[in-house]
Amino acid sequence: MIKLENVKRRAEMDAKTHGYFLTPDPDFLQNLLEGLKENEERYGYPSCPCRLASGNFEWDRDIICPCDYRDPDVEEFGMCYCALYVRKDVADGAKPIEPIPERRPQAKIDRASGKPPEKKIPPDITGAAKDTNRKFFYCKVCGYVTFREEPPHICPICRAKQEFFEEIVLDTKIKVR
Amino acid sequence: MDRIKVEGTQKDHQVLLYALSTCGWCKMTKAFLKDKSIEYEYVDVDKLNSEDRDLVNKDIKKRGGRLAFPTTIIDDKTLITGFKKDDISKALGL
Repeated sequence: MIKLENVKRRAEMDAKTHGYFLTPDPDFLQNLLEGLKENEERYGYPSCPCRLASGNFEWDRDIICPCDYRDPDVEEFGMCYCALYVRKDVADGAKPIEPIPERRPQAKIDRASGKPPEKKIPPDITGAAKDTNRKFFYCKVCGYVTFREEPPHICPICRAKQEFFEEIVLDTKIKVR
Repeated sequence: MDRIKVEGTQKDHQVLLYALSTCGWCKMTKAFLKDKSIEYEYVDVDKLNSEDRDLVNKDIKKRGGRLAFPTTIIDDKTLITGFKKDDISKALGL
């Protein structure tokens, strides 16, 4: 039995670490946390309450909360797909909570619906690098390195602001045999 | 696949909702329809087996949508992805 307060605490800590906020409407927040709790009890991991999970860990890896799409979604729309995590302007009510488009690739969505994917889905790291524009960034203050579309809002390690991040440009070629 | 019927006084439109039992947006959609006293049917897709899930996916795709929740289908023709209150209201003539 998963405790709701633990689900809540985990989300709060994660929001704090990454400089995000939890959705401001208390009822909506409660619904989302209960959905996460339900999924964790059902599948053994807290997959996104607003997406259909397959129950297969490997297939659902990208939608385990916080999902792979949270950071670019909060960056672009001010909130993640289910709206659990929001940006400050949304938390303050300056921008309304509204549905945002789905960023998850269609092949992964189809797989959760029980239908085998039409083409083979590449391993996650390659797939992610191919179907998004993720890059490496490092924090010039503490050296923390992250792989995402935009530099983080704040450094989760030393709290340095976004301006302290710089892209890592690798000029060496990785040789693949 | 069983559809769950929610009674309402407004029966002018046939409303089908594909939802997830865990989803906050789906709960909002259900609350919105109930609040407007719209009679509707829903399916919690996360509770279906993989064969039925596949049928739902096919049904949504056939209507030009994509597997996302909530998906509201009004009068067997208008498909609305997500809780877009204005679009749903318009399709229901509210």
